Amino acid sequence: MSGEHDDVVVEQPKSFEFTAENLERAKAIIAKYPAGRQASAVLPLLYIAQKQHQNWVPRAAMDYIGGLLDMAPIRVYEVATFYTMFNLKPVGTYFLQVCRTTSCWLRGSDEVTETCKRKLGIDLGGTTPDGKFTLVEVECLGACVNAPVLQLHDDLYEDLNVELTEKLLDSLAKGIVPPKGSMIDRQTSAPVGGPETLTTLRFDGDGNAA
Amino acid sequence: MLRDEDRIFTNLYGIHDWHLAGAQKRGDWSGTKDLILKGRDWLVEEMKTSNLRGRGGAGFPTGMKWSFMPKASPDGRPSYLVVNADESEPGTCKDRDILRHDPHKLVEGCLLASVAMGASACYIYIRGEFYNEASNLQVAIDEAYAAGLLGKNACGSGYDFELYLHRGAGAYICGEETALLESLEGRKGQPRLKPPFPAQCGLYGCPTTVNNVETIAVVPTILRRGGAWFAGFGRPKNNGTKLFCISGHVNKPCTVEEEMGIPLKELIEKHCGGVRGGWDNLLAVIPGGSSVRMIPKSICDTVLMDFDALREVKSGLGTAAVIVMDKSTDIIAAIARLAHFYKHESCGQCTPCREGTGWMWRVMERLVKGNASVEEIDMLLDVTYEIEGHTICALGDAAAWPIQGLIAHFRPVLEERIKTYRAAAVARSHAA
Repeated sequence: MSGEHDDVVVEQPKSFEFTAENLERAKAIIAKYPAGRQASAVLPLLYIAQKQHQNWVPRAAMDYIGGLLDMAPIRVYEVATFYTMFNLKPVGTYFLQVCRTTSCWLRGSDEVTETCKRKLGIDLGGTTPDGKFTLVEVECLGACVNAPVLQLHDDLYEDLNVELTEKLLDSLAKGIVPPKGSMIDRQTSAPVGGPETLTTLRFDGDGNAA
Repeated sequence: MLRDEDRIFTNLYGIHDWHLAGAQKRGDWSGTKDLILKGRDWLVEEMKTSNLRGRGGAGFPTGMKWSFMPKASPDGRPSYLVVNADESEPGTCKDRDILRHDPHKLVEGCLLASVAMGASACYIYIRGEFYNEASNLQVAIDEAYAAGLLGKNACGSGYDFELYLHRGAGAYICGEETALLESLEGRKGQPRLKPPFPAQCGLYGCPTTVNNVETIAVVPTILRRGGAWFAGFGRPKNNGTKLFCISGHVNKPCTVEEEMGIPLKELIEKHCGGVRGGWDNLLAVIPGGSSVRMIPKSICDTVLMDFDALREVKSGLGTAAVIVMDKSTDIIAAIARLAHFYKHESCGQCTPCREGTGWMWRVMERLVKGNASVEEIDMLLDVTYEIEGHTICALGDAAAWPIQGLIAHFRPVLEERIKTYRAAAVARSHAA
């Protein structure tokens, strides 16, 4: 894995610990694994730490998790730097990840990225001066039939174009997060215009049946 | 065209209720106890009869894979099923629809597959970016526990079974089964040397089988309708129905369940509204996710979508993720994108892949401009052969194949690009 975690001097908090609620969550996760195998919980715990800490994982959180899981600090650092979902430096309130891989690229991901750059006035990897937006490009997000897509935190925005990307950014600038999913009112991964298969099935008492 | 009655994923598009009650109305969890009570030998035999081949890309016969698991545990080690939901192969988004819209098919499949392999527990490893999909799946697991379908005495069958969901954190390599196990144990996702194979020594050093989401999710329907029913679709050794995801330059990209062996042209024209600008505007197709060689239009005209037909044309069915490129595509840039992908996703363990993927990407970027010499095309091809087969896992192969496909089918385009670039450079130097 390369290029994701550049060496940047970041002001690190001196200490970190889970909130009481997150500690309970962490304990429930650790309990999923056999005794002595608690290191298995390191990815989910790093994720919780990132959620708790403005969407980035400070060194102190890695040390804290190492302590919880009885792992040497270096083992946690190795993991935190290997997986691309962990931000190791502060990011903006809205962390935008545009998919750049071939299926999205064929349907205009470059235009989506350019639109973000132009509207936000930042380059890839940059954060707006007001700290609201950070923009990065990522590899395949796994929503290829709804390309091009952009991920905002846990949600995907799909079937984008220049205009819809502008609309999304305008909305976020006002602090309004639009509903996730297809931006053209499409039924998930069905063809545009509605499903052309599975149209003849009826399920007993299923209120949602077509 | 496959009839709706023969489609397994009846809530593919999420129109119906994906919760337990809705799933049961669509036939999930019906007679599960009876299937469990038929015993593991019957279950494995029925899967062998179905001719199901793994849906994660490699296409290994599922029933045979299951039969590699030990029958007894003299040393007391438990057996595990691990489900690979780390869907990240570029072009592929089929498991996503199962996870979010038909999660109970997967949950029930985990139980039945585990019985067939004597596994007392199963971990589902889902890619971290699939947050909403993981949420739905976790709810489905919780519902199944609450209804007594999982846990102690699952479905009242006397079988004890635990099912856990585990989220990854963004690493394509964790879709490789031994890297996935490393990651699940809390380490960097770097593949293990085989042997020992996971069936002898997998998760936590215990016998383990790793199966793809789609493979496991079709199990309950196959067992209920019979292996022979599933084997009735497609061509010999390439049986069953299959989820296809068609992306790129088609009028209506979509995910759809079809019969294995459907002609590629029919798949695109019946389900995706055809190629943008018509069939004659087609340039090439990557038929099985980014890790297979592309095929030019001349092959697309007649090729069938199954494992053996695509292998015969030196490509592969892979994950059945069909990436369509029309004549407006800069085919060199399309493959350069993939070269960047593999450079980014190489885990760094093996030198040929770690160094080679970066080297190939840099050459590809120059070839996009034409800033290269014609001899470098063969040098690049040589390097792909130096990487292919010389690494612990198949990521090296996967990085080499798209470039091999490009050179095999579009060498004149590469040469033309170089000629144009050189002519422009000469013209500039004369003007100066």
